[in-house]
Amino acid sequence: MGRYILRRLLWTVVVVLVVTLITFVIFYVLPSGDPALRFAGKQPTAQVLAQVRTDLGLNHTVVVQYLLYLKRLVVGDRYGWPGLGFSYSSGAAIAPQLWQRAQITIQLVLGAAVLWMLIGIPVGVFSALRPRSRFDRTSLFVGLVFISTPVFWLGLLMLWLFWSTLGWLPGTGYVAFTIDPIQWAGHMLMPWITLSLAFAAVYARIVRSNMLDTLGEDYIRTARAKGLSEWRIVTRHALRASLVPIVTLLAVDIATLIGGTVIVETIFNLQGLGSWVLNGALNQDLPVTLAVTLVATIAVSILSLVADILYAYLDPRVRPG
Amino acid sequence: MSPPLLEIEDLVVHFPSAAGPVRAVDGLSLNVERGQTLGVVGESGSGKTVTFLAAMRLLDRSHPIVSGRIMLDGVDMLEVPARQMRGIRGARIGMIFQDPLSALHPLLRVGDQIAETVRAHRDVGRRDAWAQAVAALARVGIPNADERARQYAHQLSGGMRQRVMIAMALILEPDLLIADEPTTALDTTVEAQILGIIDDLRRRLGIGVVLVSHSLATVADVADTVVVMYAGRAVERGPCAEVFAHPQHPYTWGLLDSVPTLGAERARLVPIPGNPPSLIDPPPGCRFAARCAYRFDACTERLPELADRGGGHADACVLPATGRGARRRHPAHPGEEAAA
Repeated sequence: MGRYILRRLLWTVVVVLVVTLITFVIFYVLPSGDPALRFAGKQPTAQVLAQVRTDLGLNHTVVVQYLLYLKRLVVGDRYGWPGLGFSYSSGAAIAPQLWQRAQITIQLVLGAAVLWMLIGIPVGVFSALRPRSRFDRTSLFVGLVFISTPVFWLGLLMLWLFWSTLGWLPGTGYVAFTIDPIQWAGHMLMPWITLSLAFAAVYARIVRSNMLDTLGEDYIRTARAKGLSEWRIVTRHALRASLVPIVTLLAVDIATLIGGTVIVETIFNLQGLGSWVLNGALNQDLPVTLAVTLVATIAVSILSLVADILYAYLDPRVRPG
Repeated sequence: MSPPLLEIEDLVVHFPSAAGPVRAVDGLSLNVERGQTLGVVGESGSGKTVTFLAAMRLLDRSHPIVSGRIMLDGVDMLEVPARQMRGIRGARIGMIFQDPLSALHPLLRVGDQIAETVRAHRDVGRRDAWAQAVAALARVGIPNADERARQYAHQLSGGMRQRVMIAMALILEPDLLIADEPTTALDTTVEAQILGIIDDLRRRLGIGVVLVSHSLATVADVADTVVVMYAGRAVERGPCAEVFAHPQHPYTWGLLDSVPTLGAERARLVPIPGNPPSLIDPPPGCRFAARCAYRFDACTERLPELADRGGGHADACVLPATGRGARRRHPAHPGEEAAA
């Protein structure tokens, strides 16, 4: 097991290196024109352009440029770690902002993931236990509604209902947990729900179909023949086998959301990575876009590593050795 | 003589389908005596598995129409409430299945799977149940039981897996073991071992055993009594040696003639022509008539019932009982081949 983890870890390092290379090519090499112009933001002065060239080492060959880029990422620069320079438009350093915003996004995504699992798994299980029942059909219908509802509309609807009309929840913005846990939860609740409903619906359907398959397995018949209680058969025998494939899915979904919660963050005015990359793109602030792209892709490779290790832990058949 | 351990009387199991009820089992009666082995033989779809899944009430989910009686020690399994039935499964009736790899949970250690059977029925601690599981593995001849108990199904060989299933089915020393084609997925040498283990435990624990198989040869060595099933009905029943020595039903003849025998003079195997009838709307008369080489008018007129020909040997055939064995045409018999 140790060797397996080590091998997967080394492989992840390789993947991350490839990711840095691809981002470098996309951001530095592929577009035509002067890269300094692109990084420098709107209407740069000659002075800024010169600084960009020095900062990014644009006077060197492409290969050296990449190595410098990689070196800044690995050891950091004077603005912090990872070395992503600063935004030439706003003048703010990238790294400190990246960490601060990543925290908010991670809270948003993990909270939503917990919520959609808490909804999706029980709904999927009950649907599978009584297929084509009223509950099953209702949950399918409600799920389809959630999947097809645009997130921006759902978010605005929730704000209108729970904040503006009923006044049950605080509105937009973010309060750190360390400052006021109750305010934190109040502010996060609507974003969590908004983000999780469509996922909950998808997960419910996947859990349902996995459960149905598992309940038809011979080993479930064995469990019944042993005289186990239905509760134990469902929870220990069927659910366990049904949830193993969910692990991989969950890791990829969480990783994808880390770079892509643009709409929810914008609606609820959460200063996370999503709203940042949107502003970056709108203001032609290339360092910001590059930073979020890197974080999102690295998140995917690290979380698939975590998923693979978890998978091996949960399923002895794929466990090495 | 004490009443039989398991007494199935006029069992009918019909599965509803769009085209009409599928008569999977249609009026079956059989007995299992304490401490004895009943061999149930028939081809796929003859209703052997369905019969015993019905006895375990493991068919409830597919909502079959069941009638008749399945008496275990005087209690009708078909009348027992579901909750009480759970206490009977595993504790009073143990069951093992055809493919032990798919019958064992892939994600749970085999020791845990056995131990949980104990804990489902008895109030014992985790450690105690585990110790019992290890002892049960040792009892079915698994070396290093302590270590094996910590392994998963995929890490064991086919024979080991089936031993695990046997250990699991017998850990609570039930009165009855139902072995549904326990050796079909195993190779021949392992088959003999597994049958030997089952027979040994039957003798030691004094349990009744039902050995379901598609092959007469498999049950020949261990069964006391044999029931041959065809299309949901018993066509022949009798003491094992008697059925082998003097098979009475043409279907049984066909079963015997279609398997190779080591050292036999016979040159060729003779398959039974055709396929079993549809169980949705079976033709009137004997279910085997359409495939039977000895068919005559009476065969398609009424459904023959099992009739005792003496010594507990019964068959459901309308051919005259006296001298029937002489009618049996031995395939590839000298002369017959020339005639054909």
